[in-house]
Amino acid sequence: MEGTGSQQLVTAREAGLVACRRCARVWPLERETCARCGTRLESRDWRSLQRVWAWLTVGIICYIPANLYPMLKTQVLFDVSEATIIEGAVELATHGNLGVAAIILIASVAIPIGKFISIGYLAWSVARPERLRPSQRHRLYHLVEFIGRWSMIDVFVVAILSALVQLNFAASINPGPAAITFALSVIFTMLAAISFDSRMIWDRGGRGPEKT
Amino acid sequence: MSQTQDHFPHKELDELIACPQCDALYRARVPGEGQRVRCGRCHAVLITSKGGAYARSISLSVTVMILMIGAVAFPFLAVNVAGFSNRASVIDSALAFLDNGPMALLSVFVAGFIIAVPVVRSALVIYVLAPLSVGRKPLRGARWAFSVSEDLRPWSMAEIFIIGVAVALTKVADLAKVEFGPAFWMFAALVIVIIAKDGSMDRWSIWKALDRSSS
Repeated sequence: MEGTGSQQLVTAREAGLVACRRCARVWPLERETCARCGTRLESRDWRSLQRVWAWLTVGIICYIPANLYPMLKTQVLFDVSEATIIEGAVELATHGNLGVAAIILIASVAIPIGKFISIGYLAWSVARPERLRPSQRHRLYHLVEFIGRWSMIDVFVVAILSALVQLNFAASINPGPAAITFALSVIFTMLAAISFDSRMIWDRGGRGPEKT
Repeated sequence: MSQTQDHFPHKELDELIACPQCDALYRARVPGEGQRVRCGRCHAVLITSKGGAYARSISLSVTVMILMIGAVAFPFLAVNVAGFSNRASVIDSALAFLDNGPMALLSVFVAGFIIAVPVVRSALVIYVLAPLSVGRKPLRGARWAFSVSEDLRPWSMAEIFIIGVAVALTKVADLAKVEFGPAFWMFAALVIVIIAKDGSMDRWSIWKALDRSSS
């Protein structure tokens, strides 16, 4: 069930209106707060781009130590080993758990890096002549928003293993410093994606809103 | 601008809906039972029709809170290896980072994502919808409560945690024998109920009902 019955597509901004991003109510363009839900109204949130770049930058910075330092410290009898995210996945793969190794690599490496590139591209392309069509860029935005949270999976794996495997000298697992920097990286990139005002993708046929 | 505004006189603005994702403007139309209205341009869901949905959302929210009490209180997982055994609850998993100095912060995040956020969101939904379900005026701060519940949505990660459990168990399986406690099954059920709860709410009609200018 698509659309709501208007033939010619008009945006709220083109109609001289401002839409509330929270409750979808529209108001005359000069209005400042939504009387329905109390949210501050902004036809296009230009400052959102600054927030996107700021969150994205700290997210990328946190991702570097997340890969250099160990995520897990495993001790089995007298053998102590430390593994980074990638080493952990490789170890799983050599034990024959290819599927699980793939989940970890996708959630902890492919998705975060894909997300950095995608968010950076979306923010960068907003004010530039059309490259990808708006519908394609919007689909990318949906994907980033939907999938980004799933990177947290590795942090939860470390939490469960560290809580569960505490068996005296027989075996124990403890979290390494990468766990916190990785979690912060995921949190910061989620904030970057949430900050982005996706309405800007569509303005002027995909060439971004006119600066006013 | 005043010219275009004449197309949409002020009193009629209430009948319009703008896509929060791409700003496309439509005349709002309540869809038939079980149908959804999506934005024709970016396909974001704008309106879902849910008959008697308030009562359903409330009961699912209550279920979330009850299941969470069980998932936190009962044994979650246990391992046995060569005569040694250890058990861990959901709380133990969240607190696994507590002994590691600055990583204690991570325990706060994990506990928030898997326990606190789902419970707080459910409580807020009950607070917002309970008066509406019996035809009364919304309670004080209901609009703020619903805003917070919506903002917290991406930070509710119970479903990611349960997949994390599955991954962790394949790692442990080589090392030790794993036993599932009742909390594991409760948490798995919790994930399904949370998804059903979020799917049962039509944000547009809830905001309309909370509208202070019309109440």
